[in-house]
Amino acid sequence: MSANNGGDAGPANSGRVNDVITRLREGDAGLILLVLGGIYLAYIISGVILGYQLRGQLNSIAALTFYIGVFALLALALNLHWGYTGLFNIGVVGFMAVGVYVMALVSKPVYTPGGAAQVGGLGLPLWVGVLAGMLAAALFGFIVALPALRLRADYLAIVTIAMSEIVRFSFLSSEFQQFTLFGNQVGFGGGSGLILDYTQPLEAFFRTFGLWDAYLGFVTAFGSFGPLNLNNPKPIVDSLIYGGVLLLFIGAYYWLLKRTGESPFGRVLKAIREDEDVANALGKNTNRFKIKSFMLGCALMGLAGILWLAVQGAVTPNFFRPRITFFVWIALIIGGAGSNTGSVLGGAIFAGVLYQGPLYLKNVLEAVLPQTNAPNGFGPAVAPIFQSLDPLPFVWYTLDSIRQLQLVIMGLVLIWLMHNRPEGLLGHRKEIAASIDLSRPTRQSSTAAADGGFVNGVSETNDSSANSGGQRDE
Amino acid sequence: MSESEETTGVDDASQSVDGGRTETRGETDGVDERDETGAEPTTTDAQSPSTLDTDATGSETGEYPLRVENLRKTFGGIVAVDDASFEVERGTLTGLIGPNGAGKSTTFNLITGMHTPDEGRVLFNGEDITGLPPHRVADKGLVRTFQIARELSEMTVLENMMLAPKHQRGEALWRSVTPGVRDDVVRQEEELLERAWEMLDFFEIDHLAEEYAGNLSGGQRKLLEMARALLTDPDMLLLDEPFAGVNPSLEHRLLEHVHELREQGYTFLLVEHDMDLIMQNCEHVIVMHQGKVLTEGTPSDIKQNEQVVEAYLGGNV
Amino acid sequence: MGIAETYSRSRQFVDRRPLTHSLAAAAGVGLVLYLLWVLVSQLVTGQLQIHELGELMWDGLMRGLVIGLAGVGLSMTYSILNFANFSHGDYISAGAFSGWATTYLIAGLGRADIGSLLLVGAGGSVFGGALGIGISTTPLAVVLGVVVAGIGAVALSLFVDRTVFKPLRGEDGITLLIASIGVAFALRYLMQFVFGSDVRGTTSQPPAYSFYVVDGWVRVNYHDMTLFVVAIGLMVGVHLLLQRSKLGKAMRAMSDNGDLARITGIPTEGVVRWTWIIGGALTGISGYIFVLWKGTLAFDDGWLLLLLIFAAVILGGIGSVYGAIAGGIVIGLTASMAVIWIPSAFARAAAFAVMILILLVRPQGIFAGRATA
Repeated sequence: MSANNGGDAGPANSGRVNDVITRLREGDAGLILLVLGGIYLAYIISGVILGYQLRGQLNSIAALTFYIGVFALLALALNLHWGYTGLFNIGVVGFMAVGVYVMALVSKPVYTPGGAAQVGGLGLPLWVGVLAGMLAAALFGFIVALPALRLRADYLAIVTIAMSEIVRFSFLSSEFQQFTLFGNQVGFGGGSGLILDYTQPLEAFFRTFGLWDAYLGFVTAFGSFGPLNLNNPKPIVDSLIYGGVLLLFIGAYYWLLKRTGESPFGRVLKAIREDEDVANALGKNTNRFKIKSFMLGCALMGLAGILWLAVQGAVTPNFFRPRITFFVWIALIIGGAGSNTGSVLGGAIFAGVLYQGPLYLKNVLEAVLPQTNAPNGFGPAVAPIFQSLDPLPFVWYTLDSIRQLQLVIMGLVLIWLMHNRPEGLLGHRKEIAASIDLSRPTRQSSTAAADGGFVNGVSETNDSSANSGGQRDE
Repeated sequence: MSESEETTGVDDASQSVDGGRTETRGETDGVDERDETGAEPTTTDAQSPSTLDTDATGSETGEYPLRVENLRKTFGGIVAVDDASFEVERGTLTGLIGPNGAGKSTTFNLITGMHTPDEGRVLFNGEDITGLPPHRVADKGLVRTFQIARELSEMTVLENMMLAPKHQRGEALWRSVTPGVRDDVVRQEEELLERAWEMLDFFEIDHLAEEYAGNLSGGQRKLLEMARALLTDPDMLLLDEPFAGVNPSLEHRLLEHVHELREQGYTFLLVEHDMDLIMQNCEHVIVMHQGKVLTEGTPSDIKQNEQVVEAYLGGNV
Repeated sequence: MGIAETYSRSRQFVDRRPLTHSLAAAAGVGLVLYLLWVLVSQLVTGQLQIHELGELMWDGLMRGLVIGLAGVGLSMTYSILNFANFSHGDYISAGAFSGWATTYLIAGLGRADIGSLLLVGAGGSVFGGALGIGISTTPLAVVLGVVVAGIGAVALSLFVDRTVFKPLRGEDGITLLIASIGVAFALRYLMQFVFGSDVRGTTSQPPAYSFYVVDGWVRVNYHDMTLFVVAIGLMVGVHLLLQRSKLGKAMRAMSDNGDLARITGIPTEGVVRWTWIIGGALTGISGYIFVLWKGTLAFDDGWLLLLLIFAAVILGGIGSVYGAIAGGIVIGLTASMAVIWIPSAFARAAAFAVMILILLVRPQGIFAGRATA
């Protein structure tokens, strides 16, 4: 709303320019561009230090974009649950798993004896699988929500994380490894996982519109384009395009959730978050709103899971450990629960700095520092410090253990945020829950809302006395 | 049982009256003619309270929209409300008083569905609403405010207000997101927004419209809460100690608003433990003591009732 | 008055809650009867032998005592500080590591280098079996290990409370819960960083007694008995402590109403400290005896136990010591005995399901109303 007021003064034209500038400076768009630009720049610079060729740079950009994409999507979905509705869901990964596995079940080719895959699927087109996966995640959300939503926030948390573990156990179990559905030999593959041997998503997408050959032509042209000169450009182009697809999905999620939030529906969700009894006392059937919000968020989590894993070639149940749920939470809290823009920002920062960052840092340091073998344990790493005051083995061990240490760092960041900035970067931004601008409709403003009018003057005096004398004393 | 059959017919009638009212509410024409500003010297604009409801005024005097019969509620062996029965007459400001622990708030919660009574029933406009969930009770036009004002603190005053109107089109998720259909939602929101502003003007908190509700003073929150409750188009308002923690000048203003609204036809049930306030403002007073209705009558009756005096002196107020 | 109206009216007359409750009760009774029927028919057909049943129950009891003992600490902090502490599982692991480092050090002094011993044989440098660790073979090492495990977990909980939770006192439970997730992450992976990610064997095979039960032998080894004695002893001790001392009274007052307790002059920070001390000690010791009993140790042992502990605490009613113990035993028995009815992959799921069921039917827990002790 503040951005809207930016262009009040001055002639219309310069006002508009001012407006755009204010928007960029004060609004979130500028911040997002700044942060994204910073992250990409850091990656490119570290790529230069590492001596990456163009191929390596493109690869690292594609990987970065991929993780920014999936974490932003997941944070957006979680923001609907927690930021908007106040539902403390720490079973995010369970809904992702349901989405992915149902998608695989529907879209994997039918079982052929002697084929590469141990189990088959229903062999339906990929988009059918994606829709089925989202639907299944939403239905699973309904099953969890129906009884659990009347629980206290901390109980809901425990129920959702337990449900997500039950999902993982189920996909791990040999009982669902293989079964028959509609006369097809299908299954979830148990602990050894599932090979995702359907037509790859990009190919399926372009083939649907008859553009596959055109795409292949583009890939070849891209690869042989003078300065690039890549041989076998397809994997790189594929992953870059897929990163772009994820960014488009962020746009779509954002659009959908913004409309959801900025509406009477979103207003009720917000009211439920603030005080459910009040919403109830005003005649809102809060349970229905909570279930709808929960199911929509779950479907979006399912889709985000699908987008994450559909291109990985295989999926195993142990991918879906609770830690991924906590990753998404960290992303949301960094950005600021309650803000869609913040969710995207948080997803980007988490992916760029906390998730991918330490690995890149390690690569950069290893490229800069002399090559040695890291000790294989904490003991051999620490011993030289005591024996010969040689800290280097410990440094090597630390670098080598960056995968564990980055989780330590994430934990510390979470604690720091709770202490210093629990609302995140953008948590308390005004994202007004209404489909329209709520300032006084103009045709009345001339009579009643004019500043300094008698009405306002009187009421203000009254209220200042109320402010001074009417302090709550309960 | 005979009563319930009697009231069924009335129920239908009042429903249709109610429905008609709700329809005229959206269109601002017709109502503007009426000038209510006499009672409120500060709001000389024609628009301020004009769209507030008036049609129900006096047309059904003698009717009792709220009827409570033999309510009983125990919490783990402690009887909070014990066989309480009373009625509230339409268009009145009825007070419910009693010393602390008399069961007033529990009675409120039983009426509005926050608690389910162990025994007894609650009739609203002739319809049995016993044990209905709070949102259904509110939906029927019986809306409450809370003892400690429960503003939605991280929402602005306007968001608080816009939340209240019932059955908004945009409360359906699909309507709010589907392109095209959303225009409908926007149109309705524009209508509701005007009403919200009018209500803010009426309660003279329009200058706080874009403030977060959590930043309001205690008294302002009470005003907001009442304004918000009125936007649900209630038949009857249950006010739970609306003057607690409010300074005298604001209390005066709130009372003026309540009287004005009552003259327009709203029915009020007011829980309060300040005897004087009740005696000066209510037409009818119900006294509760130890979970039971001790007595009821006009303020002057109550003043002369020795039992009441005893209850208050013997009690801990 | 139409039929529909009569119907809706009569429906409103019936209070719905008792109806759903009796339905739930009926369903519960039906489920129990079905489970019993399956059990009996398996026993009759010889698919399951009685001594096998006995072994499952004994296993479940052992597991349950560990869960219950660790649950007492969680339950106490949950009720007094009003938040679900997700780092509790990692206190268990931390206690276990500190205790087992001590045990290794004492049992293996002179037989391996100190570094390897202190790191509990990280990377396969020393093996507990090779050191012959056990209650009968190295009793001093085990007893000191138990003590240090308790002290280590107490020190850790006090440190974390001072640095993480104390600055957040007065915030809502969710803020603290999220912070505790951060603590859990930091602790767990710090332990992985220091102690490595390998699952190590910690004990040599302990001697065992065998009891003949109807149709076969049930084995009970020395470590089973150690676990039993330590767990029961500590539970009784905590009970007496909380029942007899002023501290117990203050704790009950605080869990009932923290603000009121503060106003009436109870030194709340002192009570909080004692809560962490008692809870931490029980937690650390439970971690130690858990490892002694199962004979292996890994950095995420405690985390894997955490949800079961939550299940036990919720089952028993938050804040109730008896509840945590009883809940622990129920959850332990469920997790161990579920294999009679369902595939073993779902044994943990069954324990979670019991918890979810309790939350839905009786969210205040089975033993609610009996606050701490």
